[in-house]
Amino acid sequence: MKSRKSSDIIENSPMNDSILKKQAAVDPWEPVWAEQKKFDLSSGKYVKIWQGPQHPGVTGNMALELTLEGDVVVESRTHVGYLHRGFEKLMERRKYIQCFPIVCRICVPEPDFNEYLLATAIEELAGIEIPEKAAWIRALVLEMMRVASLTMGLGGQAGAFGLIPIGQWGVAHRDYVLDLFEELTGGRVYHMYIIPGGVRQDFPDKDFPSRVEAVMQKLEKLISDIEKVMFNNSVFKARAKGLGYIPPEWIEPYGITGTTARAAGVPIDVRKDSPYLIYDQLEFEKILGTASDVYERTLLRKEEILNSIRLIRQILKKMPKEGPVRAKLPNVLHWKIPAGETYVRAESGRGEMGYYMVSDGSEYPRRVHVRGASYTHAMALLERLAVGVSIADVAGLMVSLQTCPPEIER
Amino acid sequence: MSLKDTLSPFYAWKRALEKPFTIKKPVEEREGAPRYRGFHVNDIEKCIGCGTCEEICQNEAIDMVPVDFIHVEKGDSGLRPQIDYGRCCWCALCVDVCPTGSLGMSNDYIWATPNAEEWVFKPGVDDNPWKDDDKGYRRTDEAWLLDPKLTPMPVMEPDVRKHTFDEMAYGYEVVMAVEEASRCLECGICIDACPTHMDIPAYIKAIRENRLEDGLKLLYDTNPFSESCGRVCTAHCQDVCALGHNGEPIAIRWLKRYITDNTADRRNEILGIGQPLPQKEEHVAVIGGGPAGLTAAFYLRNYGYKVTVFEKHDKLGGMLRYGIPEYRLPKATLDREIQTILDTGVEVKYNIEVGKDVSFKEIREKYDAVFISVGAQIGTQMPIEGSDTPGVLSGVEFLDRIAEGERPDLGERVIVVGGGNTAMDVCRSSVRLGAKDVYVYYRRTEAEMPANVEEIEEAKEEGVKFEFLTAPTKISKEGDKLKIECIRMQLGEPDATGRRRPMPIEGSEFTILADTCIMAIGQKVDSSLAEGTEVKVTRWGTFEVDPDTLQTNVPGVFAGGDCELGPDDAIHAIADGKKAAYFIDKYLVKRHDLKAEPK
Repeated sequence: MKSRKSSDIIENSPMNDSILKKQAAVDPWEPVWAEQKKFDLSSGKYVKIWQGPQHPGVTGNMALELTLEGDVVVESRTHVGYLHRGFEKLMERRKYIQCFPIVCRICVPEPDFNEYLLATAIEELAGIEIPEKAAWIRALVLEMMRVASLTMGLGGQAGAFGLIPIGQWGVAHRDYVLDLFEELTGGRVYHMYIIPGGVRQDFPDKDFPSRVEAVMQKLEKLISDIEKVMFNNSVFKARAKGLGYIPPEWIEPYGITGTTARAAGVPIDVRKDSPYLIYDQLEFEKILGTASDVYERTLLRKEEILNSIRLIRQILKKMPKEGPVRAKLPNVLHWKIPAGETYVRAESGRGEMGYYMVSDGSEYPRRVHVRGASYTHAMALLERLAVGVSIADVAGLMVSLQTCPPEIER
Repeated sequence: MSLKDTLSPFYAWKRALEKPFTIKKPVEEREGAPRYRGFHVNDIEKCIGCGTCEEICQNEAIDMVPVDFIHVEKGDSGLRPQIDYGRCCWCALCVDVCPTGSLGMSNDYIWATPNAEEWVFKPGVDDNPWKDDDKGYRRTDEAWLLDPKLTPMPVMEPDVRKHTFDEMAYGYEVVMAVEEASRCLECGICIDACPTHMDIPAYIKAIRENRLEDGLKLLYDTNPFSESCGRVCTAHCQDVCALGHNGEPIAIRWLKRYITDNTADRRNEILGIGQPLPQKEEHVAVIGGGPAGLTAAFYLRNYGYKVTVFEKHDKLGGMLRYGIPEYRLPKATLDREIQTILDTGVEVKYNIEVGKDVSFKEIREKYDAVFISVGAQIGTQMPIEGSDTPGVLSGVEFLDRIAEGERPDLGERVIVVGGGNTAMDVCRSSVRLGAKDVYVYYRRTEAEMPANVEEIEEAKEEGVKFEFLTAPTKISKEGDKLKIECIRMQLGEPDATGRRRPMPIEGSEFTILADTCIMAIGQKVDSSLAEGTEVKVTRWGTFEVDPDTLQTNVPGVFAGGDCELGPDDAIHAIADGKKAAYFIDKYLVKRHDLKAEPK
C-alpha cells in the first residue's frame, strides 16, 4: 500500500471547489434525503462502513452509515436509536417535580439548559415569579455551563484532527469549572440545581465569586495557549479550512442555530433576539463569522468562551448580594399546573434549545417536547455535508456541528 | 503555510513542564465539596418513617422497610428508608422534601464494593464509613419543598367572644380548605395515632379534589361524630403529623369540620340513611347515650341489630352535650348529628337510669347483649379542708348547669383549679358569664398542662390569668367571699406517669379572696349499676374489660368509653364504641366466649 504524505492529505481532503459548488447549487428546500442512490457494492468500487454507534470518532453513541469510494464519502446516513431513553414519554408519567431530576440527562455536556428550560416552562404555566437573585444565579450557571461545554468542545474538535494534547487540556479545564459546580450545586456533571421557583441554594460562601474568577483566569490562559497551538497550526488550518461549508441560505431551511449559524454570518442569538433572565442587563455583542467552515466555527466557539467569561464577570459584579433564591412552591407532591401550553427557549452552547410543554391541568405534564440544536445539525445536515468528505475528516466535521447524541435521542 | 504556523504548535511542549492537572487517586484522596450529594445519611432518631422520600423518588430507588430496633409507635411507622444505589440519581429531592429533616447526603463518593447486594442499604442503620459525616448536602429552610405554615382558621375576636357563648370558630372557606388540604403528604402517620383510625389522608384528598360526598362517607366509616370531632376533637392525629416536626401540623380537625359543615343538609341522602338495613333478630341494649354508646348504637344498627339506648338525661350526647360549652360545640350542631344516628332506627329511652329506674339484671335478661357506656360524670373533690364550702363548685357540674341553659352569677373573681381541658372550658365559660378576674391555679408548670395548647392560648387571649406551681390548701368562708389559702410548689422527681411530682415550698403560703372556686381536677366513674351483679369493677371504679374485645367478665356484657378508660376524650370513647360494636357483632354471630377465640 502506498504510504501517504501529509502534503497529499492537505491537498486532497477538503472538498474541492467543484463539490462545494455542486452542494450549494441544490435548493435547500429539496428533500434530498428521499433520493436513495444505488451504489453497487459488489462492483468493488464502493465499500460501506459503519462509524458508530460505538466508535471513538463519534461524539456519543450514534452511527453513521458511510458508503465510500476510496477515501471519499459518497453517501452518508445517520442512524440513531442506540441511546434512546424516552425522556419525553417518561415525563408524561411523572409529577412535575419528578421531571426535574431527569431532564438534565438529556444532554451530558450541557445539562443546565434543560433544567433551566423545564423550570421556566413550569413557571410560565403555573404563573410563578422567581426571585431576582435566582435569575442572576441562573444566568451565571448557564454561562459557566457554556464555558465548560465549549472548552471541552474545543478540545474535542482538536482531538478529532489528532491534536490530542488540546483535547486533554480542554477536558481538564472543564473539570475546573465542574469543581465550581460541585461547590455551588453539590453535583459535578448533573447539577439538578435550577429547580422550578428559582435555584436550590445560594452561593456556598462569600468567597465563591473569587474562586470563579480564578478559574476564569485559568481558562483565559488556556485559550491563549490554544490560539498558539491550534489556530496557528498549519495542519489544523489545512484540514479545517474549507471543510463542511454551510451556505448562509441553508441556515433557515435546515433550522441551524447557534455558533454554526453565526459562523455563516447569520445573526441569530436567543440571548439578544429575545432576552431571557437578565441578559438584557448585560453588555455583549453577537459574534459573527463569514467563512462558515469548520475552522471558522471553531474560532467562533473560542470567541464565545471569551465572551462568556466576560459575561460571568459582569454577572458577578452586577448581581444582587442579598435576597431569596427560591420562591415557595405549592405542595409538589400533588402540584397541579393550570391547563395551557408554552414554548420556552434559550441559547445553549450548541444553539437554540427549547421546551414545548402542554399541561392538561393534572399533576402530570401532558406532553413535553424538547427542541435541541444538534438534532437538526446532526440528522439532516451532517448527512448532506459528509458527502464528498474524506473519511478521516468525518469525525471533525461531526464535532464541528456540535453533535450531541443524547440530546438527539433524549 | 507560514513559518509561524509550523513553529507555533511546538509551544505545546511548554505545558509538559507544568504541574499536572490530575491527582494521583487513590494515593491522594480528594474530599467532596461541603455541599456534595454523596451517599445518604439518616438520623434514625429524628426519622419517623413517613415515606415521603419514597413518594417523591422518581427512580423508585427508595423502599420503606422495617428496622429491628425501631418500635412501631404513635407518630413513627417503624419503617426506615432503604436506598438502592443502582437506581438513585443523587438528585436529593428526598432530602429537600423530608418533613423531619433527618435525611441528608454525605460528601463521600469514593466508596465501592464488588458485592452488588451491598449497594442496597439503609442509611443510618447499616454501618457505613460515612454514617456520622456531618458534611454533605443538607436541606436549608429555603430549600424545603413543604409548606410549614397552617392556613389560619377565622375566629371571633377575643373581645367579642368574651361576651357570648356563640361558636367562636367560623369554619374554613373553600379556598382555605383546599389550600390546607394540599399541604398533606399522604404519609398516613396520623391514621395510626387516631384512636378510631380515621382514613385521614383519603378524606383530605377528597377535599382537594372537591369530592365532599366521598369525604363524608369516609368519615362515617369510622366516626359517626365527625361533625363534633371536627370542632372539639383532641386531635391526636395533629400531634403526630409529619409536618408538625418542622412546622405547623395540618389542621385535620378543621378539614373534617369543613366536610361535615358543607354536606350537612344532604347528610342522610349521601350516607344512604333511611334505606333498608339487614334485619337481625338480636336486640342490644346500650346504657348511656354519650359518644361511646351512640357510636356503638350506630354501627350495631348498621350491622342490622335492634338497638335500644337507655339515657339518664332527657337529651342524648353525654359529655359532648354536658361537658363541652356551646362556644366550642353548638348544641344545634350536636343535635343534627345525633339525629343522623337516630335516623338509622335506634330506639332511645330517655330519663331512665339503669340501677335506679330499671335494674341491670332486668336488662341483662331482656337483651341479647349489653354495652355499658355510662361515662365518668362525677367531679372529683379535692381532699382539702373546706372543699365543701358553699361557693366551691365541681367543674363537670358547673358545665352541666351551663349546658342546661343556666347562667349562674359567679361574682367578680373566679378561681379555677386544674390544668386539663375541663379547666379550660370552665375558665373560659366563667369569662363569658361576666367574671372580671378569672385565675387558673395549676400545681405544675405550663409545659405539664394536659390541656390543648390551642385552648390555653385562646384562654389567655380572653384574659384568663394563669398561676402555675400553685395549689390551694384550705378554703373557708370570709363574709360573702371565699378565703382560699394556697401554697407554691416546685417540681421534684418524675412520678409513675413520667410527669415531675409537685412538691410544696415551705413558707410560700399566701391567701386570696374570691367569689367562686371551681375544682376541675378530674372526674370519676359512677359504676353503681354494677353493684349486686357479677360484673367486675377495678379499684378506680372503672369497668374491668378484656382490652382486646371490651368484653367484661360476663359474656355478652361489654363496656367502653370513659367508664372503662377513666376520664378521657371523646375520640377514645368513639373508638371504644366502634370497637364494641364490632365485637358485639362477633359475639352475637358466634355465641361463644370471645376470650376463647384465638387472636
